Amino acid sequence: MQNPQLNNDGKLKHLLSIEGLPKKILNQILDAAESFLGVAEREVKKVPLLRGKTVCNLFFENSTRTRTTFEIAAKRLSADVITLNVSTSSQSKGETILDTIDNLTAMHADMFVVRHSQSGAAHMIAKHVAPHISVINAGDGRHAHPTQGLLDVFTIRKYKPEMHNLRVAIVGDVLHSRVARSEIHALTTLGVPEVRVIAPKTLLPEDVEKLGVHVYHDITEGLKDVDVVMMLRLQNERMAGAMLPSSQEYFKTYGLTAEKLTLAKPDAIVMHPGPMNRGVEIDSAVADGPQSVILPQVTYGIAVRMAVMSILAGN
Amino acid sequence: MKIHIKNGHLIDPKNGVDAKQDLFIAAGKIIAIGKAPEGFIANQTIDATDLVIIPGLVDVSARLREPGFEHKATLESEMQAAAAGGVTSLACPPDTEPVLDEPGLVEMLKHRAKQLNQAHVYPLGALTHQLAGKEITEMCELSEAGCVGFSQADVAIKDTQVLWRAMQYAATFDFTVWLRPEEPYLAKDGVAHDGEVAARLGLKGIPAAAETLAIASILRIAKETGAKVHLCRLSTAEGVEMIRTAKKAGQQVTCDVSANHLHLTDVDIGYFDANTHLKPPARSQRDKTALSNGLADNTIDAICSDHTPVDDDAKLYPFAEAEAGATGLELLLPLTLKWAQDNKIRLNDAIKHITQAPANILGIAAGELSLNSNADICVFDPKEYWKIEPKALLSQGKNTPFLGLELPGKVKYTLVNGHIVHG
Repeated sequence: MQNPQLNNDGKLKHLLSIEGLPKKILNQILDAAESFLGVAEREVKKVPLLRGKTVCNLFFENSTRTRTTFEIAAKRLSADVITLNVSTSSQSKGETILDTIDNLTAMHADMFVVRHSQSGAAHMIAKHVAPHISVINAGDGRHAHPTQGLLDVFTIRKYKPEMHNLRVAIVGDVLHSRVARSEIHALTTLGVPEVRVIAPKTLLPEDVEKLGVHVYHDITEGLKDVDVVMMLRLQNERMAGAMLPSSQEYFKTYGLTAEKLTLAKPDAIVMHPGPMNRGVEIDSAVADGPQSVILPQVTYGIAVRMAVMSILAGN
Repeated sequence: MKIHIKNGHLIDPKNGVDAKQDLFIAAGKIIAIGKAPEGFIANQTIDATDLVIIPGLVDVSARLREPGFEHKATLESEMQAAAAGGVTSLACPPDTEPVLDEPGLVEMLKHRAKQLNQAHVYPLGALTHQLAGKEITEMCELSEAGCVGFSQADVAIKDTQVLWRAMQYAATFDFTVWLRPEEPYLAKDGVAHDGEVAARLGLKGIPAAAETLAIASILRIAKETGAKVHLCRLSTAEGVEMIRTAKKAGQQVTCDVSANHLHLTDVDIGYFDANTHLKPPARSQRDKTALSNGLADNTIDAICSDHTPVDDDAKLYPFAEAEAGATGLELLLPLTLKWAQDNKIRLNDAIKHITQAPANILGIAAGELSLNSNADICVFDPKEYWKIEPKALLSQGKNTPFLGLELPGKVKYTLVNGHIVHG
């Protein structure tokens, strides 16, 4: 089965998932992102790499951060950008996703950035579009959020360049998290020797260890001597029910506090994909503390998204 | 119409025939095997040199989509597909719109099917009104109208008291209860086997326990009530083992597996191929092997097509939202032959699972080539491979996980009641 993200020459055609991408391509994106970091510092924050191209942000599911950073990234590359919140327009009129795509293609869109609540939506769109169009997955259901995974490893590389010598812990709702899946694949592909997931059994998928991670249920053991702590967001609707009894108990058992963080290496960094639930998965003292790199993640997110778009556009 | 099928290799599991024999047909019946009756003059001779002659296939689950879903398939299109697949008798589940829970609907379906004069159609009536799992249907009336059993299709009965009563009532009249074992709460919103692939793809899983828990309660209630049960579409290794044990203990239970599940695992979902979205989901390699072994030792009685034609549009959604199901009538024989090939099963033993065994489950006179039996016959070329592609399929549903594959077994002639309906 051919990887739908790569063309016949093995070059990136769409970015749908980190899984299945060779290390070479991940590094190519990360290196390109490095070169785009400087653009934001300039007086004119623009490069002409996507001039004349139309990037269409298609959000079938709400998002603020991801949508905004994609929009900024495209604009800094000089692309024309349209952002559609489809959840509030044609979908409610009964139009199918592929009809929406066809209509936008007829308006000569060159690139689609897609977010959808269903796993596999971006793959389906990529399979459907004309050959000259690229699709970037900005999050599909529980499956993947590749640019988030990339910006996370970019951030790690910035602070901990020795990827081959790291211990990373991902804490929280792995079961429902596309971010976690993309992080796991990015880390393992780049050769991080030990990736841990820390969560109650109700928030872990069956056979998760087959993704190449070590499973911990006790956060005090799981955090021991790690270099990086990646927190996951706990969705509101999961805070009480059959998966978890309450947000209070969750904070007590899995929330990251300054005290628990002392178990990690003293120079460990703390990450979060946002938006944060302070006092649920992370204590404010940690989120705003000296080990937190949560805001730099957002900044790097723009450079990484610029890199992805620029590579897909053939630069 | 008198037909002489000559020079073919006859396989009839029921009568233990596996030899080169001629068949002689008159007035819709098989009137002689081997030697021509005195004075027999055929109106038509079928040369079956290098071909295999078997009883017409009996399929215990084929959705014809009528009434209610004519945009997905019609009786006309699906009966043609059945003929092209060598299927001469089929049972259809009651999940139509409206649901087959009233005698009038069943009579109408039977009547429509009869007019087409192709495969024999045996409706399964709904076990509960609207399949809602609350009130039992008029089983005696439905049986008189032509239902051969009572089924919940893909809808599980949540209330065990209702399930108990339904089985008690069915047992009173010796009707068979058809259930697909799936515990509805554990399976809720699930679309894939709960394992590594679901974890990777971020699809909601259905644990194997959803099947085994349901089997345990169904078998227990069946035992208490004395009901005859047929379990549909097994998918797990543990499920097969439970039925093996129950059969050894003498319980009256039969079961089937879909031809899809003999060949697919969750890995075949690949990059979210909506054609592999099936109910139940294709599971692990270990489960697949257990299903195969279960058939080989007759724990599993029948292979069915689980024919579910879906219109193209309904598959154009992300995996979980795409409608489940695959077209299958024309693939039942090829997939059975391929299974036999892959697992070194004798052709005779493999054919039994799509002829004699399903006929026994349905309690119908079919699936055999006995003297004076109905001339329901399938003649096929076991060596001819054909490519599974939309244009090669007569069914209105073109959705199958096997698109693009070449499979063995091309049906050359299908006869129903001594009429050639295909070929």
